[in-house]
Amino acid sequence: MTRIHVNTTVNGDKVDFLADPRETLLDCLRDKVGMTGAKEGCGTGDCGACSVTLDGRLVCSCLVLGVEAEGKQVETIEGMANGGELHPLQQKFIEYAALQCGICTPGILVATQALLKKNPDPTEEEVRYWLAGNLCRCTGYDKIIRAVMDTAKDLRAEKVGGDV
Amino acid sequence: MVAVNLWSGLRRFTGGAEVVEVEAATVAEVLKALVEAHPGLDPVIKAGVSVAVDGEIVQRALNHPIQPDSEVFLLQQFRGG
Amino acid sequence: MALDNKSEFKYIGTRPNRPDGLDKVTGRARYGADAYAPGMLHGAVLRSPHAHAKILNIDASKALAMEGVKAIVTRNDFAKGLEGDDWDLLENTIAGEKTLYDGHAVAGIAATSVLVAKDALKLIEVEYEVIPHVTDVDAAMADGAPVIREGAADHSVPEGLHPNVVRYTEFGRGDLDAGFAAADMVVDRSFKTEAVHQGYIEPHACLADLGADGRGELWCCTQGHWFVRRMCSALLGLETTQLRVTASEIGGGFGGKTTVFIDPIALALSRKAGKPVKLVMSRSEVLKASGPTASASMDVKMGMTKDGKLTAATASFRMQGGAFPGAPMDMTTMLAFSCYALDNVHHEGFDVMTNRPKQAAYRAPGAPMGAFAVESVMDELCEGLGLDPIETRLKNAVKEGTKSAFGPRYKAIGLIETLEAARDHPHYSAPLAENTGRGVASGYWMNWGGETSVSLAIGEDGAVQVGVGTPDIGGSRASMALMAAEAIGIPYENVRVNVLDTAALGTNEPSHGSRATYASGLATIEAAREAIGKLCQRAADKWGIDAEAVEWKDGAAYPSGPNAGDFEPLSIADIAGEMGSTGGPITGHHDASPTGFGGSFGTHIVDVHVDPDTGRSTVKRYTVIQDAGKAIHPSYVEGQFQGGAAQGIGWALNEEYVYGEDGRLQNDVFLDYRIPVASDLPMIDTVIVEVPNPGHPYGVRGVGETGITPPLPAVANAISHATGHRMTRLPMSPPRVLRAIQGKGIS
Ligand code: FES
Ligand code: FES
Repeated sequence: MTRIHVNTTVNGDKVDFLADPRETLLDCLRDKVGMTGAKEGCGTGDCGACSVTLDGRLVCSCLVLGVEAEGKQVETIEGMANGGELHPLQQKFIEYAALQCGICTPGILVATQALLKKNPDPTEEEVRYWLAGNLCRCTGYDKIIRAVMDTAKDLRAEKVGGDV
Repeated sequence: MVAVNLWSGLRRFTGGAEVVEVEAATVAEVLKALVEAHPGLDPVIKAGVSVAVDGEIVQRALNHPIQPDSEVFLLQQFRGG
Repeated sequence: MALDNKSEFKYIGTRPNRPDGLDKVTGRARYGADAYAPGMLHGAVLRSPHAHAKILNIDASKALAMEGVKAIVTRNDFAKGLEGDDWDLLENTIAGEKTLYDGHAVAGIAATSVLVAKDALKLIEVEYEVIPHVTDVDAAMADGAPVIREGAADHSVPEGLHPNVVRYTEFGRGDLDAGFAAADMVVDRSFKTEAVHQGYIEPHACLADLGADGRGELWCCTQGHWFVRRMCSALLGLETTQLRVTASEIGGGFGGKTTVFIDPIALALSRKAGKPVKLVMSRSEVLKASGPTASASMDVKMGMTKDGKLTAATASFRMQGGAFPGAPMDMTTMLAFSCYALDNVHHEGFDVMTNRPKQAAYRAPGAPMGAFAVESVMDELCEGLGLDPIETRLKNAVKEGTKSAFGPRYKAIGLIETLEAARDHPHYSAPLAENTGRGVASGYWMNWGGETSVSLAIGEDGAVQVGVGTPDIGGSRASMALMAAEAIGIPYENVRVNVLDTAALGTNEPSHGSRATYASGLATIEAAREAIGKLCQRAADKWGIDAEAVEWKDGAAYPSGPNAGDFEPLSIADIAGEMGSTGGPITGHHDASPTGFGGSFGTHIVDVHVDPDTGRSTVKRYTVIQDAGKAIHPSYVEGQFQGGAAQGIGWALNEEYVYGEDGRLQNDVFLDYRIPVASDLPMIDTVIVEVPNPGHPYGVRGVGETGITPPLPAVANAISHATGHRMTRLPMSPPRVLRAIQGKGIS
């Protein structure tokens, strides 16, 4: 099968790769760009471990083709911290022990960041429904939800406005 | 002598006895003496058992000591997740 | 090892950030599928589409001819002449003469890309002869059921049972007839639970590199890499120490990653191709062909006096664990009545083979099913006699010195303390909304020690590294670091805990059986104490006094009293800074198979709302109360409680393996195999009870597994109270609950 040359931007950096038209964005990110932070838990859009944003929209990268990233902005977990400085969500997840094995964590962080951009003041129920596509088998979600709610509160107190 | 309590499914191999008295100072000696007394127990013990000594479950520590008045139970092997 | 009886802790019981936290929130942590090697090939596995079929012929010539295909392996590429467990493991890894379940591996392929490997799979031609199958446990024991494997039964099975019954157990004591005669009420019921999957989010993955000389490297996600080494060595005919296994970070296991599925295939492909091979399971492969738990069909009968004393209890458990022996009926039988003091008790267990994947351990393997049946009957007795379920449990609860239903007497345990805490918890007396029921249940898991080896070394600056062999599946690095910090008296941050590979330590059992914090923790403390002894010796040498005259406290050596001499204390950094010239490196090491682990009891309270029109059940409030002995890092103890409860809720309400008439798994994706999502659950409150384990210096009990045991009956009891119908089958899915409400049958 002929492969297609894809030019895209990942976490602000220009990258390019050759993709088989059947390859998913998840596989391209992991195997071609070398970003293994997004995980494959199911490959069918059911677990959210592969969550990334594509031009700001939260997607399951296992349901997006690599070639669809052409000309787009991809943001992954690797781009969440500002250099050595963790994003408040990342910091809070560690403090709250909101991860056990941690395999779901990259996807949940990316999804949560997208939520807080849209809705800086979510109710517990809104957080639970937003994250319903991100499976965590270890924690029972309790500490994850608490970490998210508390981060949202901090960020509102900081009044940073848009950029979470 | 140490009294070893078996599980009742094993009575078929011990001529009906559910408690077998053996001379033993360690778990390994208990297992050996059991097989000597009742060779039918050999495959059971080879397949793996756990031994409880005074409420402590000995999974692999065959050198675990046993006193004459110890309460000893032969148990099916434990498996965990 | 005995309890220190230390009442003041400096680090134990605090909640510092976990050392691997940064790696895990930034995507840096490397899990099973995150490894790459130069020249690496990608593997794929051809799997049986039939539940039961003879393999007449495999023709791989077309696949091999495809460009990019480098190796194909079948059963012939593995060790010959294996017996017992090793043969079972090989037979499950790759089929021999028959395929035994839908998804059973038949061949493996290695190619230059995943896509090529998958395309090539389609070119392998397998000629099958489909034969009759059976997937239900009761059907598999019935006359005329297809035989999975003739002669598989062991010595324990009495004559006259179907050949699919491969192990049998029976034990008890007392006089059942007299016991039941003394009862004012007797409940005798049958229950059924379906198989469920551990549902770890990370599929099995490995990277194998095995040379023709029999030396190799394996990177994989596993709960126990020494187990992996032993199993793979046996299946490939290698010497164990020639294979070095490195455990990646692990994305959940819950017992399901204590055995191997694809690792031997990857190694065989690598050996044949002469290149590293990466092999990753898809979710559908995980569900079809890794190791779900057993399903069970059970009868439980219990008698009680009108003042709430249990008089007798019997249980019979029929469990299928797939096409191999190994359903955990031993644990189910032993633990079914573990909460209660009983003079008259009897248990019977059957291990039955069916055309399903070989079951693997799942959190407290075997215990949840038994608890479901027993705690449901207990609830029905309390309801029938108008008794409070917690007071009644207290009346019958086991305590230190009670003879357990399986024989031995308990050491110090905390069931009563969890029941009292449940009774006094505000949840228990909170008012209930309409169509909502409250359920209570208790459960137990006994834990164990197992082979353990830990090494500790002091750095030149006085910081400490600890090497353990138990993969960190839920924060155990933090727990080990806390215990080392406590033992040595240095800050938590000065300890680094590494999970070492199989070449770096003696054998370690996996992180399973709730043993990691207990056993590796105990060995860490002992290794620290050995190092402290050496640190004291160096101080003594320097001061020219006896080592006995040196005391270690707060991370420094002190003269033990005025008679020992007047010296300035030497800190760990002082001593470590000079160690090269005072006798060389300072390390501590400990090897053991510790036996003093203590079991952990838990009691759960749950409120469930049932929609009378749809039968949909919603968990409204949940409280877990469990004995941790001593909580090293309370956040991760709570996390174990919450995670266990969530898995138990899933098992109770949604999860099940659904096999079709054709014997094929109908729900092999997460959309159809539905584990609880965030919007399904409320917050899960926790209460940590601490009754110290006398067999650990700090009193630690393993806490990982107990939490999945009470939810099944607690949720069932709640739904029974909400609907007025006793639920005896899991999962309690909306259609099933609706049928019960409409009076169309109890199941
Ligand atoms: S891997 Fe993409 S949703 Fe599960
Ligand atoms: S922490 Fe393991 S799946 Fe979420």
